[in-house]
Amino acid sequence: MISRLTVTTAFVACLCLPAFADPDPQDWDAVLQEAQGQTVYWNAWGGDPRTNDYIAWAGQQVQAQFGVTLEHVKLSDTATAVSTVLNEKAAGRVEGGSIDMIWINGANFASMKENGLLFGPWSEDLPNWALVDPVANPALVEDFTVPVEGLEAPWSMARVVFYYDSARVAEPPRTIPAFLEWASANPGRFTYPQPPDFLGTTFLKQALLGLVSDTTPLYAPVDQADYDAVTAPLWAYIDALTPHLWRQGQAYPQNGPAQRQLMADGEIDIAISFSPGEASAAIANFELPDTVRSLVLEGGTIGNASFLAIPFNANAKAGAMVVANYLMSVEAQLHKQDAAVMGTPTVLAMNKLSAEDAARFAALDLGVATLSPADLGPALPEPHPSWMQRIAADWEARFGVAR
Amino acid sequence: MPRSRPSLLPLAPLLTIAVLLLPVGAGLAGVLAPAFGWFPALGGTSLSLEPWRALLAWPGLPDAVWLSLTTGLGATALSLLITVMICAAWQGTRAFGVIERALSPLLSVPHAAAAFGLAFLIAPSGWIARALSPWATGWDQPPDILITQDPMGLSLMAGLVVKEVPFLLLMTLAALGQLPARRSVLLAQTMGYGRMAGWVLTVFPRLYAQIRLPVYAVLAYSCSVIDVALILGPTRPSTLAVQVLEWLSDPDLSLRFQAAAGAVLQLGLILGVLLLWRLGEMTAARLGCACIRRGHRLARDGAIRAAAMGLALIMALAVGLGILGLAVWSVAGFWTFPDLLPDQLTWRNWMRQSDGLIRIALETAVIGTVATLISVTLTIACLEAEYRHGLRQSARALWLLYLPLIVPQATFLIGLQTLAIGTGWTGAQAAVIAAHVIFVLPYVFLSLSDPWRSWDARQGLVAASLGAGADRILWRVRLPMMLRPVLVAAAVGFAVSVGQYLPTLLIGMGRVTTLTTEAVALSSGGDRRLIGVYALSQTIMPLAGFALALALPALLFRNRRGMLDRG
Repeated sequence: MISRLTVTTAFVACLCLPAFADPDPQDWDAVLQEAQGQTVYWNAWGGDPRTNDYIAWAGQQVQAQFGVTLEHVKLSDTATAVSTVLNEKAAGRVEGGSIDMIWINGANFASMKENGLLFGPWSEDLPNWALVDPVANPALVEDFTVPVEGLEAPWSMARVVFYYDSARVAEPPRTIPAFLEWASANPGRFTYPQPPDFLGTTFLKQALLGLVSDTTPLYAPVDQADYDAVTAPLWAYIDALTPHLWRQGQAYPQNGPAQRQLMADGEIDIAISFSPGEASAAIANFELPDTVRSLVLEGGTIGNASFLAIPFNANAKAGAMVVANYLMSVEAQLHKQDAAVMGTPTVLAMNKLSAEDAARFAALDLGVATLSPADLGPALPEPHPSWMQRIAADWEARFGVAR
Repeated sequence: MPRSRPSLLPLAPLLTIAVLLLPVGAGLAGVLAPAFGWFPALGGTSLSLEPWRALLAWPGLPDAVWLSLTTGLGATALSLLITVMICAAWQGTRAFGVIERALSPLLSVPHAAAAFGLAFLIAPSGWIARALSPWATGWDQPPDILITQDPMGLSLMAGLVVKEVPFLLLMTLAALGQLPARRSVLLAQTMGYGRMAGWVLTVFPRLYAQIRLPVYAVLAYSCSVIDVALILGPTRPSTLAVQVLEWLSDPDLSLRFQAAAGAVLQLGLILGVLLLWRLGEMTAARLGCACIRRGHRLARDGAIRAAAMGLALIMALAVGLGILGLAVWSVAGFWTFPDLLPDQLTWRNWMRQSDGLIRIALETAVIGTVATLISVTLTIACLEAEYRHGLRQSARALWLLYLPLIVPQATFLIGLQTLAIGTGWTGAQAAVIAAHVIFVLPYVFLSLSDPWRSWDARQGLVAASLGAGADRILWRVRLPMMLRPVLVAAAVGFAVSVGQYLPTLLIGMGRVTTLTTEAVALSSGGDRRLIGVYALSQTIMPLAGFALALALPALLFRNRRGMLDRG
């Protein structure tokens, strides 16, 4: 009996111990002190050399300013990191985990949150949280409608834009129905990444938003809506579009960069992107001709935020928080929005910055193919992630297997 | 004196099998459990058939299974056919040396790099089309025709064949050294048989017995390949293996049950394909015997011999041009259709990568070298134990040895990762090396065991009668005579280690980077310039290993022509 009690006590103590040891972001000086000398393993998609360069630059900064060593673990798919944390949980590794920070959003976040794989809340206690405006920019606190609740810190904004080669396309389409007309007039010159790739699924969501009269059901879980009725216009549209796609829809590029390569090879004329700066960056990198320009749809395009999350068993939580806070700083955000670096829109709110800092953002050169913040038009919030998964699965059944 | 101390040698086969079997077994358990609904971390705490129901409900399943089956069998049959054609037509001639020199470098080209190169060559906007446009074709824009990712998987098969023929050819060469091939063919020719017919009827049956397991490995690999299928294979749907990996990496974690069931199905598929192949072997043997009884001499084989030469050269050219294409991409500025060459050439792509590249190349070399050394040592210890103590493995034990090559990688590695995390042994270079050994060892064993066993034991008897002990015979007689096959096996092992993606990623937890993990991570970004940089680096490293394996015996035995004889 005694031994069983002892074991239970020890077990409970073990469960509580990490919580006692976790750094408290409200005591920021203590966090800074604890972070000193820590190594932060940041798991982030490694497919874009410019992002990789930016992460390397940020690593130099946090090393010099805070004594934190930043190691970029380059992933080809963020879900790998989710699996790793899940495996660690399955194996009972509740502390000293191998991942300190993940670049994450949408379904991966929803999945980690649902499975209790995240540390926090912490992000709203970061000093630089004061520089963002979650009221004006609700994407910062609702990740694909899933409440963030302080479990991840935003570091980047994303917006759907389309880029096209102005040398080949004089009048690009600017509404979802116009894309169908354009594609039938120019067969084989448009495609989208194959769902469930997130960019391909984003195209489906964007099309759905442009085809339905009432978008409210999309902002609640899919099982609360009449799915078939809501998505009927989408499938009719895709049915009509598919024969006019590149390769008549018999093959699709597998992701955004592969689609960009098709554009560079002259195989297609219009492509979808989730980064307003992508076209300018690609021109500078010799990946696209300098005649490429960007456009947004009338009525707005989907926008979301990219976040940084800390796994529940992270080894260097204090270091990760220091890095996340640095990435939200004026210095880091300015550097990232520079077209020569990455050209991605900032998460910071101009009205929360000093006039001097706001002027520095206004003075940035965005690049030849990038739309100004005013020209980007309204941002549409992301539908609930359950829609994304259902639509991707449905697309696969209808178009993803040969019939 | 070595003889006086108790020998550990008899334990070597056990140790080897444990090294291979424990991880595979643990990994398989880690797959079978979720396939039947057991995965407590995801709330699966009771056994059920639900994962199988979900798998069968996936509409693409029949197509995906059929595709894996046809491309795997097709690629293996074609590879073996071409290998046999080349050997039958040209072995023992000067031209054979040319073919060998043209094809063996292809072995060191990583699968992914070869596939990328091939894709750039044959795509409608690829190099061949660029070379002919617009002057010959009239194309200002690439034509909208489906070449790569074709629904039948023909380009996927092509991508596999150009890589598997060099592998089978190397295995064949290593085995041929132990066969009196030249005399057999000569004898058949004096009886009026054509060169090819004589080779196929007299040499091939004995040869095939020696290369059977490499062929099975090719078959299992072709049915479950991931990187090549991602680059060249169809996507609506893709092969079963690719689909399983997609489910595994889906953010919806509940798909892991379905993925596990798919992985078990993949295992069944591979066993089924092996069975089919075995039936094919028996049919081929019967046909061969029937052919002999009829007595056709098949002397007029000039056209087929030319075709064999043509195929070999086309393959060498395809991969060579593909790699050259990647090399040009690695220094390319803007380069669009239909330009034959880029607008500008720049070192920027290399400069940007140089810091990381050197560090990563070193890490790759260290991991590959240590894993290869361990594997070669264990293999030789096993083979020597077998020779000295008569510990001949049963056929079943031998099959256990090849399990890691037959069980789909992605599957048992996930289970293995869970195991590794449980022991806290992840993210370390040592753990990655251990994981590599699981895959390197079978290939080393495959390459080395047959030549080792075919060694003429009378050489040992002569040495023993001169008073040499077992160790002395090993070091002074057998190893020198076996130097070429040992080095070839080591080079194969090193290349296998360099090419490992999933074990490095999953066991290294992303903290251990090699050229391959870096290349695949970058290739998801689709930038051909960076793919060019890493694919080239990834190619050069194993190439250096093979160059050593070929050059060293020639250098050491330059005064001993008999040691260089290849039969």
